[in-house]
Amino acid sequence: MTAPTGQTPPPAPATAGRAADRTAVTPRSRWNPRNPWRHAWFLEGFTWLYLIWSLVPIVIAVLFSFNKGKSQSTWQGFSWRWYFKDPVNSVLHDPQLHAAVIETVRLSVLTTVIAVPLGVAFALGINRWRGAIPSTFNFVMILSFVIPELIFGVAMFFVFTVLFTAVPLGTVAETLGLVTWNVSWPAIIVQARLVGLGRQYEEAAADLGASRLTAMRRVMLPLLAPAIFASAVLVFSGVIDDFVIVDLLSSNAGNTPMSVIIYSTQHGGNGGPALNALGTISLVMSFILAIIGYAGYRWLTRGERGSRIDALTTIAGGEG
Amino acid sequence: MRRQKKNAFWIALAAPGILWLILLFIVPFYAVLAIAMGKLDQLFESPVAVWNPLAWSSENVIDVSRDLVGSASFAGPIVVRTVLYVAIASAGCLVIGYPAAYFVARFSGRRKGLFLILLIAPFWISYMMRMLAWIDLLQTGGYVNKVLGWLSLSPVNWLGGKPATVVLGLVYGYIPYLILVLYAGLDRIEPALIEAGRDLGLSKVRTFVRITLPLSRQPILTGLLITVLPMLGDYYTNQLLSGAASTSMIGNLIQGQLGTPGLEGQGAVLSLLLLLVLLIPMIYYVIATNRSAKAAS
Repeated sequence: MTAPTGQTPPPAPATAGRAADRTAVTPRSRWNPRNPWRHAWFLEGFTWLYLIWSLVPIVIAVLFSFNKGKSQSTWQGFSWRWYFKDPVNSVLHDPQLHAAVIETVRLSVLTTVIAVPLGVAFALGINRWRGAIPSTFNFVMILSFVIPELIFGVAMFFVFTVLFTAVPLGTVAETLGLVTWNVSWPAIIVQARLVGLGRQYEEAAADLGASRLTAMRRVMLPLLAPAIFASAVLVFSGVIDDFVIVDLLSSNAGNTPMSVIIYSTQHGGNGGPALNALGTISLVMSFILAIIGYAGYRWLTRGERGSRIDALTTIAGGEG
Repeated sequence: MRRQKKNAFWIALAAPGILWLILLFIVPFYAVLAIAMGKLDQLFESPVAVWNPLAWSSENVIDVSRDLVGSASFAGPIVVRTVLYVAIASAGCLVIGYPAAYFVARFSGRRKGLFLILLIAPFWISYMMRMLAWIDLLQTGGYVNKVLGWLSLSPVNWLGGKPATVVLGLVYGYIPYLILVLYAGLDRIEPALIEAGRDLGLSKVRTFVRITLPLSRQPILTGLLITVLPMLGDYYTNQLLSGAASTSMIGNLIQGQLGTPGLEGQGAVLSLLLLLVLLIPMIYYVIATNRSAKAAS
């Protein structure tokens, strides 16, 4: 969560950094050992090594989801066996794996639908309402963003087992926990955008006779659309990736999402390529979401000065 | 009067979120406190929450402190081990992550988009999938041991409780977060400052030490926090890549107590203790990000 450089409002001038990008590129071809922009071969090699280390294991794991045999480490030929061909152990036919995919999607949709409006309204209200109460709760909100997930998960586990006992562990408890854990995305990102926008648009709307509600609906929400959209993508992908909260709050096979199934099946033995298939499905879901997120964000900010790079970092949650 | 009416609109907007935070963030932590300071139902071995602070009992706190220090302590070594693993792993993240982030922020030129996509890709791959990938590689018959075999070295039981494997898992799991924070911070350094350093006769190394490094102190600190905080509550990396008691960390201890009848109260005390220790770095992080957000806007 850093500064909102990626969300410059329309009338702002180009930032100095971007102009400098261009100068950084042009003299590269000039070979001069004292040239500070000389190409950094050593660093580039190092970066490629890092990227290989970071991504090749994933590629191998995806490949093994297509393995014909039962091994996760010896290649025995290509097949769709672990996705749908195998009548018993494939993701499609194993009831537990099948239910896990559905539960992940269900939790992602439910959490996004609740957390985004909640967080956006919170950001708007907190940003404009001055006083000790709003700043206290803003602090609590950011605290909920940085607190280690295990500590939060423990609190959720206890509150549902000893206090809110009307909510049994399962999908409802998981959703409530995930909303609380993820509501800080829209709350923080929308607030950063609001700070960047300033109050002039709203004041102009008020001068032209718009009521507060109309100004909100016709002026502020469209201006905030990129931030709202980005936070929705981040919440959705955050839930697909989530593990600790759902691990502590799930109660049976019917409400256990993919991450927990991979964890509980793999530890303590060879889970088989069906788990790789499950992991690959979650990966494909996330990648589709990332592409939708990137394209959508570019489209929503099309009139603005933001670059592709800004859109990329925003969609990864790097620039709030 | 007008001012009040003005506020009412914003209060109404913020109210649902505030209510949500009270009910599902603040109250749950009070519940943890009530259980930590509560008693044990001897018959059912279940924790009894004590909501009234005047009736709090120190049973669990005494149990936990006996576990942590003293001759019969078993949790003390776990704490030391956790600090050690997390320190090594986050140092590893920084040593690998800084050069990569530095390169992409400053030297990747027109290919910045490509590099950034590759750096960000792990964000979009679920943590469990990334751990699964290493389990596949490190299995007894996995590719790492196959390579060792080609080199005529004897295979290693990587997943049988090796501290090195756990640290590798932690580095691999959390480095993307650090790199993105570092990249965002390094990308904001004005190239003119570095040019100025060079123009004024500093060597390449001294330019880095005198200009780039001081300017990246803030991103390094926040980046380290963003990796250290979740690492301290991590139990799954360890469980998946080792599973042995000889490598267990604080996270494993808390998670284990949560699932053991009679020990939930001690789990509550431990997680509150962890929270207490981490409160200062967490507040630092909040203030630091607020400051940089204000500076940039």
